[in-house]
Amino acid sequence: MSAEKFQNPVVRWIDHRLPVFSMLDHEKYDYPVPKNLNYFWNFGVLAGLALGIMIITGIVLAMSYTAHVDYAFLSVERIMRDVNHGWLIRYIHMNTASFFFIVVYIHIFRGLYYGSYKAPRELLWILGVVIFLLMMATAFMGYVLPWGQMSFWGATVITNLFSAIPVVGDSIVTLLWGGFSVDNPTLNRFFSLHYLLPFVIAGVVVLHIIALHRFGSNNPIGIDASGPQDTISFHPYYTIKDMVGIAVFLLLLAMAVFFFPNAMGHPDNYIPANPLQTPAHIVPEWYFLPFYAILRAVPDKLGGVLLMFGAIAVLFILPWLDRSPVRSARFRPVFRIFFWIFLIDAVVLGYLGGKPAEGVYVTLSRIATGWYFLHFLVILPLLSKFETTKPLPKSISEPVLGASGRAA
Amino acid sequence: MLKRLIAVIFAAVLAGPALAAGGDVELKHRDWSFNGPFGTFDKAAMQRGLQVYREVCAGCHSMKLIAFRNFADLGYNENEIKALAAQYDVQDGPNDDGEMFTRPGIAADRIPAPYANDNAARAGNNGALPPDLSLIAKARPNGPDYLYSLLTGYQDAPAGTKVPEGMYYNAAYSGHLIAMPQPLYGGDVTYADGADTSIDAVSADLVQFLMWAAEPKMEVRKRIGVAAIFFLGVFVIFTILAKRRVWADIH
Repeated sequence: MSAEKFQNPVVRWIDHRLPVFSMLDHEKYDYPVPKNLNYFWNFGVLAGLALGIMIITGIVLAMSYTAHVDYAFLSVERIMRDVNHGWLIRYIHMNTASFFFIVVYIHIFRGLYYGSYKAPRELLWILGVVIFLLMMATAFMGYVLPWGQMSFWGATVITNLFSAIPVVGDSIVTLLWGGFSVDNPTLNRFFSLHYLLPFVIAGVVVLHIIALHRFGSNNPIGIDASGPQDTISFHPYYTIKDMVGIAVFLLLLAMAVFFFPNAMGHPDNYIPANPLQTPAHIVPEWYFLPFYAILRAVPDKLGGVLLMFGAIAVLFILPWLDRSPVRSARFRPVFRIFFWIFLIDAVVLGYLGGKPAEGVYVTLSRIATGWYFLHFLVILPLLSKFETTKPLPKSISEPVLGASGRAA
Repeated sequence: MLKRLIAVIFAAVLAGPALAAGGDVELKHRDWSFNGPFGTFDKAAMQRGLQVYREVCAGCHSMKLIAFRNFADLGYNENEIKALAAQYDVQDGPNDDGEMFTRPGIAADRIPAPYANDNAARAGNNGALPPDLSLIAKARPNGPDYLYSLLTGYQDAPAGTKVPEGMYYNAAYSGHLIAMPQPLYGGDVTYADGADTSIDAVSADLVQFLMWAAEPKMEVRKRIGVAAIFFLGVFVIFTILAKRRVWADIH
């Protein structure tokens, strides 16, 4: 890492005083990465890309947006109709929000499958859950800004949840609203926070990456790299592999933005907010539906709220619920079955969250909610005790060099 | 136990849409010119649709987001737009004396609304508020098909269904009882281009116009989209080739 590393005298001059180039160089070449990462390891970079797109398009949108109940809806339509390429910026912002969640959900399930939350990466995982929570808050407040019917009624339903908290609940709701109903002060503070939180997310992402680089990436086999033969440098190997993921991500995003821009939204949000008229079905954005299903599965309001937040809180303690020393599901035959059941359970919850809370849907929501918590609180601790795992390979190179080339 | 649970969940996923569809209405699907990745608006149909809006709908429904200048998208030139705008009276002011005054419309004006405010609109329509039509084609699920089905969906109520005073029976409307009287019957307008004025044709023309009003940038969006998809498709191929080349010495 000597300064002679750089040919360019300007770079050398700067690096001697401010070693940013050495830092980048270090991350690019000296940071060892397991050689067997599959394409599921692209999703961290993709999430970062989505965050970048959201921040850039968001800043541009804010230049033409008016956070006032009388003008918010109209200013968004101004962006769609009269601002040069405003429709493009807004559709990118709208659809990247959904893609951000798709990417992050895959990223989370990747972590669940390959045991990326286990020692020594517990804090890395916890920081990830913090980012997920911040994302949900940001997305929720962003959805309120166009001030359509779903914006208004979604905001009303979700903020009302906090009133279930004993003693201080009503005060919290008044604080969130800035008054006694969802109104102009609510819109103003949501806009302010919606602008702030992405930068908080970016800060936690930096911590997430620092924690990642402490021990490096986990890998599909889940054993630690035993030496240089198991690792390769980040650049050019994973920069180019990430580029493949980025290209495919952008292709899919472009398909949504240009040909199905409103497919993941709700038609009701093209109706201006009307506090006197409740829509037939108030549904949150699709990425909240699993948690919405958990909320509505419980007949008691406080119980529903606790369970909904519990569904995320349980992720924080996951590293201590699953104590199996084997990380990757490849060597945990029983865990693997339960992983897939859990994935199906989560999808079913998402489906049920979009259905009216009546009849068979309520019963199914309760079963699916029960399974969600059973998986984390009972099945995982029991599995770590009783499961017979398959023998682990001696090193990462062994299976890579072996007959099965799929790990590469 | 486990297998049974999975079976239950799968059954629910499969049965869900069927159950949900039970309460909904059947929509008439049309092969709109704006469907699909290469879809475009039909300018002649939009011009006819504008005429239908002005002669039939505009008595009750506003289109507050649309300005006369936007009609350039429909194929009108500057002079035609100016002439059209001048047919409307627009309130402006205050002038130097502090008085509001009325003047002929100009291209930059929005289409004036039929009622001064929502209360006036309700008072004129039996208490029902005629919604603004600027975004209506995006503000309903399957907007174009829904609007077409609604416009052509008026019929006699089936035996046993009571239709209250001031309500009308419509096959496409949720709950089937709608406060809007049947707006189109066929032959409602006389087209300068001699096009078909059956209720189906007039409704379809109006839907073309309303879809454009809701999504005026659709054509440029799809045009850029095709180029973007082509570019990114090539980009994907090249990154895969480059990745293979770089990784050739690993394994």
